[in-house]
Amino acid sequence: MYVVVIGGGNVGYYLTKELLAAGHEVVVIEEELTRARQIADELGSIVVANDGCEGRYQAEAGMGRADVVAAVTGDDAVNLAACQIAKMRFNVGRAIARVNDPKNEKLFRQLAIDETVSPTRAILAVIEHEIPVHDLLHLAELEGGQVQIVEAQLDADSPAIGRELRELKLPEGSMIAVLIRDDKAQSPRGDTTLRVGDKLLAVTSAAREAELRSLFIGE
Amino acid sequence: MRVIIVGCGRVGAWVASELDRRGEHVTAIDMNPRAFTRLPSTFKGETVRGSGTDEDVMRSAGAEQADLLMALTEGDNRNALAAQLGKHIFGVPRVIAKLNDPLRGEAYRALGIETMSRTTILGNALVLAAVDGAEATNGFVEPATAEPRRGVPPQGSRAEKDARTALGAADVEPGSDAASILQPADGLDGGL
Repeated sequence: MYVVVIGGGNVGYYLTKELLAAGHEVVVIEEELTRARQIADELGSIVVANDGCEGRYQAEAGMGRADVVAAVTGDDAVNLAACQIAKMRFNVGRAIARVNDPKNEKLFRQLAIDETVSPTRAILAVIEHEIPVHDLLHLAELEGGQVQIVEAQLDADSPAIGRELRELKLPEGSMIAVLIRDDKAQSPRGDTTLRVGDKLLAVTSAAREAELRSLFIGE
Repeated sequence: MRVIIVGCGRVGAWVASELDRRGEHVTAIDMNPRAFTRLPSTFKGETVRGSGTDEDVMRSAGAEQADLLMALTEGDNRNALAAQLGKHIFGVPRVIAKLNDPLRGEAYRALGIETMSRTTILGNALVLAAVDGAEATNGFVEPATAEPRRGVPPQGSRAEKDARTALGAADVEPGSDAASILQPADGLDGGL
């Protein structure tokens, strides 16, 4: 694949290195001259030392034939602009943006950025998994956020403890996909009695998520 | 009309105070609180410290109720993000972004954003001033309001030659009596 990487910081540098090692063709656009030289010295003449948001430098990097653009600078505004220009002017098939402020993910998706990656959100998710939280954990969202995959961790306060799954009236459009008990995943059955420590992975519509929360987590 | 202005630099502060003077409800956003000192003491609007590309900051500035948002920071990318945040997340009916790169402007206009380019405006005005004079620029290039006090034109400069020609002394050597006529008679330093 032909990949244009915007931003030669740590993320851009290691991404480029990995992509090259995997046999892909890569060009990096890095505005800062010293940094650009440094990368070129190490990885070869695959660096365009200029503003990655400007069409003519994207053209110089061969954006016209790129399969993927990955904008991975530490500045959300730059990442958005670079992806938008690449899509609008060069019709790049797939634009991936690093999103530093997780709240920007929604906007980026709305603006037709194909993939957003938020390290902030990823780290947050890891921390939330370590610390018991009195809420549903969001694992993934589908259909532009309309469908949510969530995890409910049942503690002693959960109103669902001691009840069989079939007794619980799930909100419409929701289903329990997996039950994790004693670190093992199992298919949930109607006669499964819920215990403290159980984890349920559920699919739900965003609109009915609150009902699911009160069912398994409580108010 | 409720107006949000992102970036209270020279341009932002100018627009904010003009609109405020005309009775519009203005909220100015800037990362640097010192930027607000550019606003006149008569400014009746609000100021919010923070990044105009941050959803929470934008909300606290009342983006949900805004009729118009203008993104006037020094960075094209920041302006593009702030404008699109206003338009798509808060549904602001009108957004204008200052995009100094004219090509970027073209792209964002196709995405429903009004744009303005300092490069184009300044550039066009200056070309017009060069070709047709300051008067032709509709006030964008402002003509001088007085002749400068005359000093001695640098030797060999066009001004010196013109002055000597005007005196009918084109053949007088520099530094001679005729050339010294150009010096101010009151003995003050004639330089600007």
